[in-house]
Amino acid sequence: MALIRITSPHAHRAGSTGNVMLTVLIATLPGLAALTFFFGWGSLIQIIWGTLLAVAMEAAIVRLRKRPVSFYLTDYSAVVTAVLLGLALPPFAPWWVMTVGIIVAIVIAKQLYGGMGNNPFNPAMVAYALLLVSFPVQMTNWAAPFVMTGEGWSVLSLGETLGAIFGSAGTAVDAHTMATPLDIMRHRGGFTTEEMWVENALLANGIGAWHAVSAAYFMGGVFLLYKKIFTWHTPVAMLGSLTIISTLFYLLMPDQFPDPFFHLTAGATMLGAFYIATDPVTSATSNRGKLWFGAGIGLLIFVIRSWGNYPDSVAFAVLLMNLCAPFIDQYTQPRSYGHAKPNRGMK
Amino acid sequence: MANDYRKITLDGLWDNNPALVQLLGLCPLLAVTGTVVNAIGLGLASTIVLMGSNLSISMFRKFIPESVRLPVFVMIIASFVTCIELLMQAFTYELYTILGIFIPLIVTNCAIMGRADAFAIKNPVGASLLDGAMMGLGFTSVLVVLGGMREILGLGTLFSDMQLLFGPAAESWKLVILDDYVGFLFAILPPGAFVGMGLLIALKNIIDKRLEERRKQPATPVEPSGESRRVRVTGNIS
Repeated sequence: MALIRITSPHAHRAGSTGNVMLTVLIATLPGLAALTFFFGWGSLIQIIWGTLLAVAMEAAIVRLRKRPVSFYLTDYSAVVTAVLLGLALPPFAPWWVMTVGIIVAIVIAKQLYGGMGNNPFNPAMVAYALLLVSFPVQMTNWAAPFVMTGEGWSVLSLGETLGAIFGSAGTAVDAHTMATPLDIMRHRGGFTTEEMWVENALLANGIGAWHAVSAAYFMGGVFLLYKKIFTWHTPVAMLGSLTIISTLFYLLMPDQFPDPFFHLTAGATMLGAFYIATDPVTSATSNRGKLWFGAGIGLLIFVIRSWGNYPDSVAFAVLLMNLCAPFIDQYTQPRSYGHAKPNRGMK
Repeated sequence: MANDYRKITLDGLWDNNPALVQLLGLCPLLAVTGTVVNAIGLGLASTIVLMGSNLSISMFRKFIPESVRLPVFVMIIASFVTCIELLMQAFTYELYTILGIFIPLIVTNCAIMGRADAFAIKNPVGASLLDGAMMGLGFTSVLVVLGGMREILGLGTLFSDMQLLFGPAAESWKLVILDDYVGFLFAILPPGAFVGMGLLIALKNIIDKRLEERRKQPATPVEPSGESRRVRVTGNIS
């Protein structure tokens, strides 16, 4: 939360919140395209359903709070929350998972705290963490990429996917779902990491799909950096600290810890680094603060992935660092022009 | 005096509710309200302890020196809790095992200590007993509402396992609200209790605000008094 005002010189940027959010939405397109290409229509349907719900919820709550509805809807922050949640949810998750998620994200995590700009936690990640804790079965059943099912491009058809999401849980979906690489890594039993790849030959073939999705997120992130939507500090610090710590453990104990490239490309690392950790509302404010903020997320991701109970940890890591952001802000106030030392702590 | 008793009752049940307003005893409140039966069990146990401790502390209030009053309170409360624990072990053994550590922990429930120090030590026996009963009932009702909310959301049932407390006849009380309910694990886990508690407090504040507004509105709007006669026009008109 931006508690501290940064002193001059201000770099001035044209553009409203709405424009920034629209740019973020555009930047998620490559990732969405990659997800749809490799895993089927699920993510697209989740995002459309989530967006409809989010806009309706936002409008309803803003109206209840007697605030101007169209003003708050045209900053598109509700849409961004829905899109991020849609990208993070498993493609074939039933419709009520998204519904519960959006209610939690928009009503509880965002509007109850005072709406856009006042929420201490990233709404999409609050919803994701709650869903993961509440519905572990539905939330860990990720779609299998088509490269693993064999014969050419054979994802579920649009109709079948709609049936899987909005109908009763069909058996057609079961053939098209699997655990994510992180989940397999987590529950590999006594195998070393090397044996795991040998045991799961299919996964070794299919991991390319996850690499491609991460690469697409990375491209979108670079586009956002180029558009100066955020500075390089948070993503670089987050990916850097994750790389350093995972390399360290990989070199020390290569049997027990996956290589750093796996950490960078699996799960939501790239999504988190460029779209979630950079949220201007819930992250640290100053550049030095953003470095600490990002580094903390990277470190926590590794710690929770390696020793925690849940396979992926980006949501938990981001939420924990959201909690630290005001504290980081307090201790990383930049030197104001004309003063020798930065202000520190409470005065 | 009757007015006084009315105030004690209202205070315990609503205005100064130990759970919703004083926010005391949150640890058992959040920990055991997964189902209605747990909530009723712990609520009744706390109420009985609260009544007993208020009664005896009020009886001995002239003999308790102020400097050692807190240890004395703890001794009295602990003896009542031990009685309750043994009673529950004897008559509702299964519920006793479910509630586990939270029965002995009633000793540390701040609501009980708070009432002893804030009320029972200063007031006569009758008022103290009523205060204990009403505070206990207020606490229990919040537990039950929260337990009901969490049971419906989390398990899709209401009043399940009531036989643990009310004997075999109560087995049929169980209501299945939704068939094939997936189960909302979050509501059962402690974070769900925090969120539910927050919503309950918000609800109480809304109701209080509405009541306040209704009270403020004058019964009949003040009529302007006929023709106005303004004689003096110099100076400030206010």
